[in-house]
Amino acid sequence: MSSMLKKAVTVSIPSVRQALARSNPVLANALLAKRSYNSKGGVEMTVRDALNSALEEEMTADEKVYLLGEEVGQYNGAYKVSKGLLDKFGPKRVIDTPITESGFCGLAVGSAFAGLKPVCEFMTWNFAMQAIDQIVNSAAKTHYMSGGNVDCPITFRGPNGAAAGVAAQHSQCFAAWYGSVPGLKVVSPWNSEDAKGLLKAAIRDPNPVVVLENELMYGISFPMSEAALSKDFVVEIGKAKIEKEGTDITIVAHSRAVGFALEAAQLLEKEGICSAEVINLRSIRPLDTETIIKSVKKTNRLVTVEGGWPQYGVGSEICAQIMESEAFDHLDAPVVRVTGADVPTPYAQNLEAYAFPDTEVIARVVKRTLNKKIGA
Amino acid sequence: MLSTQKISLAKVAAKAFITPLTVRTFASSAVRNVSINLHKNSFESYNCDAPALDVEISKEELVRMYKSMVTMRRMEMASDGLYKAKLIRGFCHLCTGQEAVAVGMETALTAEDKIITAYRCHGFTYMRGGSITSILAELLGRKAGISGGKGGSMHMFTPNFFGGNGIVGAQVPLGAGIAFAQKYQGHKAATFSLYGDGASNQGQVFEAYNMAKLWELPAVFVCENNRYGMGTAASRSSANTSYFKRGDYIPGLKVNGMDVLAVHQAVAYAKEWTVSGKGPLLLEMETYRYGGHSMSDPGTTYRTREEIQHMRSNNDPITGLKQRLLEFNIITEDEMKAIDKAARVEVDQAVEEAKASGEPDLSEFWTQIYQKDAGVPSVRGREPEEMHYY
Repeated sequence: MSSMLKKAVTVSIPSVRQALARSNPVLANALLAKRSYNSKGGVEMTVRDALNSALEEEMTADEKVYLLGEEVGQYNGAYKVSKGLLDKFGPKRVIDTPITESGFCGLAVGSAFAGLKPVCEFMTWNFAMQAIDQIVNSAAKTHYMSGGNVDCPITFRGPNGAAAGVAAQHSQCFAAWYGSVPGLKVVSPWNSEDAKGLLKAAIRDPNPVVVLENELMYGISFPMSEAALSKDFVVEIGKAKIEKEGTDITIVAHSRAVGFALEAAQLLEKEGICSAEVINLRSIRPLDTETIIKSVKKTNRLVTVEGGWPQYGVGSEICAQIMESEAFDHLDAPVVRVTGADVPTPYAQNLEAYAFPDTEVIARVVKRTLNKKIGA
Repeated sequence: MLSTQKISLAKVAAKAFITPLTVRTFASSAVRNVSINLHKNSFESYNCDAPALDVEISKEELVRMYKSMVTMRRMEMASDGLYKAKLIRGFCHLCTGQEAVAVGMETALTAEDKIITAYRCHGFTYMRGGSITSILAELLGRKAGISGGKGGSMHMFTPNFFGGNGIVGAQVPLGAGIAFAQKYQGHKAATFSLYGDGASNQGQVFEAYNMAKLWELPAVFVCENNRYGMGTAASRSSANTSYFKRGDYIPGLKVNGMDVLAVHQAVAYAKEWTVSGKGPLLLEMETYRYGGHSMSDPGTTYRTREEIQHMRSNNDPITGLKQRLLEFNIITEDEMKAIDKAARVEVDQAVEEAKASGEPDLSEFWTQIYQKDAGVPSVRGREPEEMHYY
């Protein structure tokens, strides 16, 4: 079947897709490849479809996995991440909830205590603040408090951080908040491989895992390797990935910022300024400090990039851990954080642009860091 | 029910049978069932029928109920003493006076049914299989504790009992989730989610009601109304104190929670209701705690000593059952004294065992943060040199 799919041509005409989906959903699912082909003949997939594949594969593999959240079923997902899942698995396993985050998150956690493997979707992580007590006090802490007697194999997922023009209440990044909680694992995928592999790993993980997606990444396509297309593909939680090797400076980022960091690195290399190593954290907790330390020992300079607020953030944590580690002696310049601005996100486009880091800001900071010398 | 009538319910129950001759026993001595008539005020229903006032129960079961309540009370009294001796730290919420709820529930349920409650959980832990030693050891923070000493008073669990929860109200959606899992997995069983009069106004409780009804979960929501949420009387916290009606679209039943047989009857009824596919049900147990909210609360600043004494003298669940056992010749006064003594001995022994258990090994500090400690290479202690590597 898979070889058939590989050779299949994407049916991209919307009306044909719809007609096929209506007449024969099962066949449609099989033939309407969520993947497309780039000019080199490699397979590409959007982050959205990668997440959808992950959900579908894990729900097929394990009866105990189910999805609940607002609009995940009949609406096919507020951002279409759960498209087709209700049709395929039915209302027992894909559940539309009322708009009661505190209640349905608690219900999901309780069902995990009792042996199921829920995937609890928050329409955005902003709304999960209503449920944060259940995530932290019920899900994260119970295994420890019960002396190991109670398990909680739950996955919480949803879009995190900035979208476009959604203003202050809908743009917060929660990586630092959840990243500080013992008992939780926290992942933050950037591209499609990250999204598929980390979500699958999260669902298989017997611990509570927070998956911080990004709405602006959902529609972006990325190449998918042969391995990534397999239904057994997982990305190890707690391991960062070096997206681009370099020698002069290390840039560490997570989620959407990885893309900007890579663009900045490319720009600086083209301008002949430096060769930057770009690390994609992939996981916020556990944080892969080992990979960062190894890189800093090589490049001697470090810049962190994130979308969240500067105070008490992911970058702050990396700075602290680097300072406390052997990597400190290898620094030729202080570590610098590039973060979201310390403001509630404004609506006006020009102001909003000023609230989040982009390629230009990263490049500027990297250049400045390269010019610094300790003691100079 | 209890507040307006100053008559002892136990005496009323006894009056229902004027002479022991009205006790129906079966001809065959092998079947030792008793039929007991509950007082007519035992139940009040909302959008459903009340359970029958006739309780059919075996003599063995009655004696077991008595033994359980007596042992539970001894256990809580021992905890009281240990707390005052500063061997128990932090929070300690005792259920003295409320024994009928946990005991009456257990006898009506099976091991497949699940229970979840808040922090007043020692009695439930005991009824759901926790040994007295492991409960007391947990309070003392010892290795032999049911949670390895890592949870304390509010975090005790057994395979069919989900705590022991410290955040008021959070256990109710959790309980709905456990019921959800039962339905999902096709188990013919129910989940009983308990909360107090104080927790009854929590938003998440109503969120749980809504989902339980929408999805027809085998969930029974049980409000243990002991009249006070910490120091706040129910009438000062709740615009509507008819807790059994608060489910709105969920039918409800108010129960005399000081009568273990009324509790038993109501819980059996509720289980049958939900398991037969009628969806959720709400129970309100009218009960009373003799002690304060916790060991830090004398319990006398917001209620009168007269009220407490009155409840003890006229509505005590153990005394009530005792009177029934004697009136209906289930066991003799001497047999009862023997049970009392045995309970005292059992608890005293458990106290000694618990005290003899050592504190948890320091290595346990680092375990069970994650399941099987998998995928997490290290944990940081208080400073960079205090790192633990797995």
